[in-house]
This record gives sequence, structure tokens and C-alpha cells, in this order.
Amino acid sequence: MAELTRDDVAHLAGLARIDLSDAELDKMVGELGIILESVAVVQQAPIEGVEPMSHPMPIVNVTRPDVVRPSLAADAVLAGAPAADQQRFSVPRILDED
Amino acid sequence: MSSIDTEATISYEEVLESFDPVMGLEVHVELGTNTKMFCGCATEFGAEPNTQVCPVCLGLPGALPVVNEKAVESAIRIGLALNCEIAQWCRFARKNYFYPDMPKNFQTSQYDEPIAFEGYLDVDLDDGSTYRVEIERAHMEEDTGKSLHVGGSTGRIHGATHSLVDYNRAGIPLIEIVTKPLRGAGERAPEIARAYVATLRDLLKALDVSDVKMEQGSMRCDVNLSLMPKGSTTLGTRTETKNVNSLRSVERAVRYEMCRHGAILQAGGSILQETRHWHEDTGVTTSGRPKSDADDYRYFPEPDLVPVAPPQERVEELRATLPEPPAQRRKRLQSDWGFSDLEMRDVLNAGLVDLIGSTVEAGATPAGARKWWSGEIARRANTDGAVDVATYAVERGITPAHVVELEGLVKGGRLNDSMARQVWEGVLDGEGTPTAVADARGLELVQDDGALEAAVDTVIAANPEVAQKVRDGKVQAAGALIGQVMKEMKGQADAGKAREIILAKLTG
Ligand SMILES: [Zn+2]
Repeated sequence: MAELTRDDVAHLAGLARIDLSDAELDKMVGELGIILESVAVVQQAPIEGVEPMSHPMPIVNVTRPDVVRPSLAADAVLAGAPAADQQRFSVPRILDED
Repeated sequence: MSSIDTEATISYEEVLESFDPVMGLEVHVELGTNTKMFCGCATEFGAEPNTQVCPVCLGLPGALPVVNEKAVESAIRIGLALNCEIAQWCRFARKNYFYPDMPKNFQTSQYDEPIAFEGYLDVDLDDGSTYRVEIERAHMEEDTGKSLHVGGSTGRIHGATHSLVDYNRAGIPLIEIVTKPLRGAGERAPEIARAYVATLRDLLKALDVSDVKMEQGSMRCDVNLSLMPKGSTTLGTRTETKNVNSLRSVERAVRYEMCRHGAILQAGGSILQETRHWHEDTGVTTSGRPKSDADDYRYFPEPDLVPVAPPQERVEELRATLPEPPAQRRKRLQSDWGFSDLEMRDVLNAGLVDLIGSTVEAGATPAGARKWWSGEIARRANTDGAVDVATYAVERGITPAHVVELEGLVKGGRLNDSMARQVWEGVLDGEGTPTAVADARGLELVQDDGALEAAVDTVIAANPEVAQKVRDGKVQAAGALIGQVMKEMKGQADAGKAREIILAKLTG
């Protein structure tokens, strides 16, 4: 598996809109690298002839009836928003940005 | 709208001389369920912003989605109506992307296991021919939130300083219906695109799964288009024009993109694979975002939802609920009713099919039903700004039984046609049933032949020249005399009978 680079982490942070300082970037490169390395162990599992599993339980068709349940109050919804305006989440403009 | 630069186009005829269009249409339909796809939030259109959201549709940590049973059933019914195979087992998948219209940072969709696949929809064209649109798949997913771009002048994304997001729409069940690439459409490509979307809309309406209001965005169409040089079999680079939201725009967008692609290719250029935005007001598309590695959505099976595996019996039960396809129903009714193509088209455009159907069922003749529900009532409904004649009639308590009764009064010889018109106006004015109106207004044909004969004699005496023409064999001249007789009788005579008596006296 290719090594995670500092540029990769900076790109991901940008996509996720997480503002990382240079020091934090350096730290994250190391920490994320260790996480990926640890998880990579599962790639050694013998999976020949084993169907990929997407759910741990062998069940299907769990549904709910089409009945309305109460939603959250708008102020509760917006409580976690960094910025709100006109009862909406205010976000930076999207185009021409990367 | 000053920021839009107009791109070069060539004429439609020039495009067709050198190229064959290949189209792919993706239609998103919002289902008319009470609740969202994976949570119990209401789906009411036009609610106050962010009042129909919960931890599930906001993607808050720990929230657990559960599939809406009705949405799955609607998806299966849509698939069956589109002659698709229904998957015996399929899963949802996460489509990962970072964009503020999806607070979860992924959209729950279906990837390589759609609920329905491999179908078709036959589309009737204006020239009477039929074009078969092959359906690749219909899959379940959820709608995104709605962004309002502020700071710019037009509410569009360009020039905006920031965006305001309302998540009421996020999570509303969507069915995305994708066609296979449609080839061989040639010059009819724009018409086929429009006819397909119209036919699909009618079908979904008949299935009662969506209100399919394109102007409100509950049905949206993306148009993929590329051109192949004539004689070539290699597909050209395509563009995807997003959110074309009226039937007319679908047709115009296909045509515009054909002319734009044609200009680029003819000048030796190459098409940039990109998303285009359709502008309804100016009738052009503008460049959106290029396709790039950002389109690697890293789909993977949604671990929070279990597979959907509709039992065969259930699928068959749902198949039994399918309505007669609208196009087939129209043909059957037209033949049952004996309407001409033009009459049927007028009836369809006026939204009168159901009303005429129930009126015929109540005992009226199809011609009578068509006559009374068109004309005056349609004019009034239009003047009063009613949605359609049926709504207008219901609001005023006017029913098919009224039409049956009115027709009965004419057939029974109590009213002639012009009297029946007066009676109908009285009914529309709220004066009561046809019989009550006729009584109140004293409308009744004079049944006394003596009075009619006397009137004929008076008129013949007063119009000797016209009478002579009729005697000389110019039977059509009798029309003028009939008019005079009706006047003499103050309209209360049977014109047919008057004609009989006139002819008997002058030629018999
Ligand atoms: Zn919700």
C-alpha cells in the first residue's frame, strides 16, 4: 500500500473543511499512517471464495411504515451550525474553491 | 445574467448533415410518500426551512436509518410499469462526496445493485409512430438539501459569496430512472426526449407514486448528449445538462447541445466532458464543473441498512396493482368514444378524460359529454383561474349527472340545442339542476304544431323571393326561413320540425 503523504492529508483536510495547522498536519500524517497500517492487516486475511460482507447479520427487508414522526425543532437543528442565516445553515460558497 | 457568454452554435440542419446524436436521459422523481426515505420526517413541500429534519437526515453521529416500506413498494411498481426486472436481492450504497447539500458527506443511493433493471418504455410520437426507449435501471436514493446562493444578484451560484442550506428536502425518497444510450433518433432526438419525459410523467401520475410537478422540482431531468460523425460507430464525448425542469426545456436543451457540440466538432475542436447548466430564460447551457477525480465517489455497500429482498409473491401482488398504461388507456377510450384524433387531443389537453369517462358511465353519450364539459364551462374555468374544468365543476357542485339530465331534456324533445345552452349556463350560474333551470326560465319547445305552421305561413308570406328559391329546388335557402321561423317562435321551436314543415309546404 502506498505511503500516505503530507499532501494527501492536506487534500483530505481541505475536502472535509478541517483547518489544520502545519504542526497538526505533520502530526496527522503520522497518526493516520499508523491507523492505515494497523487496518492493513485485514488485507492479509485469506478471502479466496469468500463473499464480501456488508452487514454482520443475515437479515433482509427491515423497513418501517410510512408514518410521520416528529422532527427536531429548527433551533435545535441549527444549534451545531458554525453559522446560520434565515433559519438555514450558512456555508462558504462552493464553486471556484478547492 | 451578464456573466453568461454565448457559445458558438451551428444550425440544426447543419448538425444533422454531419452527425448522429446519441442521448441518455436520467430522470429523478421525488416519491409522494408521507415520510423520508430513511427517517420519519415529513416531506411537505414549502415548509419553513429546516423544520423537517432529524438526526438521521442530518447525518448526526449514531443515527440509524430505516427504509421506508412504501418507498420500496413504489420503486418496485415503477420498475414493473417500466417493464423492468426486479432485483431479488439488492443493497443500498454510500456515494461519498463533500458538498454541503448532503450533511452526511455521502448520499445513500444504489450502485451496482439497482432495485429494477433492463426495461423499456414505448413512446408515441406526433407523427403516429412509436419509439422504444430502453431503460437501463431504476434505483432508489435520497434527495439532497436545497441551497440558496446569496451575495450574487440572481440567486445563482456565480457571484455568490456564500450559500444558505435548507435540509427539508434532504432524505426525500427519489427514484432515478436511467435510459440506455438512445441511438438512431436523428432529427427526432429533441422530440423523443420530450415525448419520453412526458410519457414517463403520465405513467408515474397514473401509478400515483409522485405528484410529478416539474416546476416544483419533484421530477427533474438530466440530459446526456454526444454526437457521432455520420457513419461512425464510436461514441463521442458527452456532456450532462442538469436539472432541465420543463418538457419544453428538455426538447430545447437537446437541440441546443446538438448545435453547440456540432459547432465545436465541425471547427475541429473537442468536447469537454462536463456538467452543463440549462438556462430556461435564455435557452442556452453554460459550463458547470468538469468531470474530474472528484467524481470518484468511492461507493461501498451501506452498512447501516440491510439488503432489500422482495419476495416474488409480493412483487406479483404489486404487479396486480399496476394501472392500465396511460397511452393504452387513451387509445382504448378514443376508440370507445369514437372521437377523432383532434377531438381526443383537445380533451386530453383540457384534462377532461376522467370527467368525460364518469359522465359516459352515468349514461350520457360521449359526444354530449365532450360537448358540455368543453365550451362554456372550460371558458368560465379559465376566466376564473381554476386549475382545470374538473376542479371548477366540483367546486360548484356540477356533476356528470347534470350533463346526463341536460342531454335527456334535449333527447326527450323538451329543449332544442340553443335552449340547452341557456339551461347549461343557468346550471353553471348555480341556478340548480337542468330541469329546475328550464322550469324557472320557462324554456320549453312549443309542441303545438298549429302555432309552428302558422309561423311558417307568416314567414313564407313575408319572404316571397326566398320561398321561390326553395320552390325552384334551392333547398339550402330554407335555412334563412328557418331562422325567421325560430325568431317568430321566440326560439322556442324545434328547428328540425320547422324545416320539415317549410319543405313540405314549398316542395311537397
Ligand atoms: Zn429526518
